[in-house]
Amino acid sequence: MTPHTSAALPLLTHRTLTATVAWREGCPITVGQFLADVYRLVRLLPAGAHVLNVCADRYRFTVGLAASLVSGKVSLLPSTHTPETVRQLVAFAPDAFCLTDSQPCDIDLPQCHFPELPPAEHAGEVPLIDADQLVAYVFTSGSTGSPVPHRKTWGALVRNVAAEADRLGLHASDPFTLVGTVPPQHMYGFESTVLLALQGGGAMWAGRPFYPADIAAALAALPRRRVLVSTPFHIRALLAADLALPAADLVVSATAPLSGNLAVETEARMQCPLMEIYGCTETGQTATRRTAQTAEWQLFRDVCLSVEDGEVWAHGGHVEQRTMLSDIIEPTQDDRFLLHGRSADLVNIAGKRSSLGYLNHQLNAIPGVLDGSFFMPDDEQADSVTRLVAVVVAPGLDHAALMRALRARVDPLFLPRPLLFADALPRNATGKLPRAALEELRRQLGGGSA
Amino acid sequence: MTDRAPTPSPAADTLDALRLEVAAIIVEALNLDLAPESIPADDSLFGEGLGLDSIDILEVALVVSKRYGFQLRADNEDNVKIFRSLRSLTEYIAAHRTA
Repeated sequence: MTPHTSAALPLLTHRTLTATVAWREGCPITVGQFLADVYRLVRLLPAGAHVLNVCADRYRFTVGLAASLVSGKVSLLPSTHTPETVRQLVAFAPDAFCLTDSQPCDIDLPQCHFPELPPAEHAGEVPLIDADQLVAYVFTSGSTGSPVPHRKTWGALVRNVAAEADRLGLHASDPFTLVGTVPPQHMYGFESTVLLALQGGGAMWAGRPFYPADIAAALAALPRRRVLVSTPFHIRALLAADLALPAADLVVSATAPLSGNLAVETEARMQCPLMEIYGCTETGQTATRRTAQTAEWQLFRDVCLSVEDGEVWAHGGHVEQRTMLSDIIEPTQDDRFLLHGRSADLVNIAGKRSSLGYLNHQLNAIPGVLDGSFFMPDDEQADSVTRLVAVVVAPGLDHAALMRALRARVDPLFLPRPLLFADALPRNATGKLPRAALEELRRQLGGGSA
Repeated sequence: MTDRAPTPSPAADTLDALRLEVAAIIVEALNLDLAPESIPADDSLFGEGLGLDSIDILEVALVVSKRYGFQLRADNEDNVKIFRSLRSLTEYIAAHRTA
């Protein structure tokens, strides 16, 4: 594909085939077993060159990813799996198939069910993957109706995760296991639970603990070093539960900023440092901070920020394309910066990102909707989840019908609470909708506390 | 020997009261704009019914574990069944509560 010869990088960096790469149902899985599973799955995958890997089990997802890499297939990582998104994926990649471990699976694509694989030991080489090989398209919602694909090559992903492993002090010489509360299909979970285990020479917990008691039990079942990879929302719930928490060796948080107070409390209760990661789908991870000690973020090595006409651009290091950041950023010194929030169009709910532009497009595409707009209410609070409000002009539709239509198009997290009906939206002379006017209309319609 | 009129079974009585209590917890924890007694006992709490998602489940579970003194666990298939309806959640709490 590329004229120049590029380096080939190993699928994983564990030192021996007997090293542990995952924990599943209470048992360690060795690198040898993992590779045997990968090569057996390679022979079972359909011909299509694009894979929607929806395996909920993190180990199976990783076997699916590795089998796709070995057979040159590209993974599709959309931000949600609604019927509308799946339709858009088919338009993007007509040969796409779905690799799934749930029975039944309602995704409308040709399906390949993850097979039952009896124990086996692979005795061959660790696969080498060309650095230029396209691994995945990760989709962001964009600002219009169509998801925007972002190319991720093996070389860039490896470089990014190697920088992360360095920053977090995670290396094969001192084995570790990652317990993730985030799905492997989300960019953060993809990098920090799947690729970090493979490239850091560590292991992953195959499950996805949900309740606080599940997280505590998963950590307690593992040898040290154990690392919790989570979000402010899950961490807040974990600390709020009346539970004795096992000590961890590191807590990693991303997807939304964590408050200093929650960081201090987490470090005390979990008896370890908490590191926050900053990044976005376009650039991958670019900075970290130890939130209990400083509000300043430190960029990964070789990554730079430049301010041009008030816009902040990331480049260098693993960032393949200069990328304008959609957050409000204040560079402070050398490789440090402060984060002051996100730009007006972006919304982030419990770690899922979308844009008001995209959501408004979906709302207004529903037959019977004459006008409609989403907005984020003023009462957002740190570490907790605030929902969107939508106001709509749709005289022929009732609440249930409109919610049903929206549910087919947007992720449940972005469904409005409340969905309010109005006779008209308070558009100004230029057709714009000032946020203050929307808040005022919400108050008049009796939606919420503001 | 007593000549009291037959009464409904105390168990059913208690379960009905508990169901209202749980409905009130859901409404309060999630800041829903509806009356607790208007949540149908057998409607789905997810999707087409009340429209809750996993974030909501975690919020409700936090309050439930504090109020009734037991921790919910997702590592069995029960989780989907537990939150299928107000009735199933109530029955699960009744069977596991320690407070």
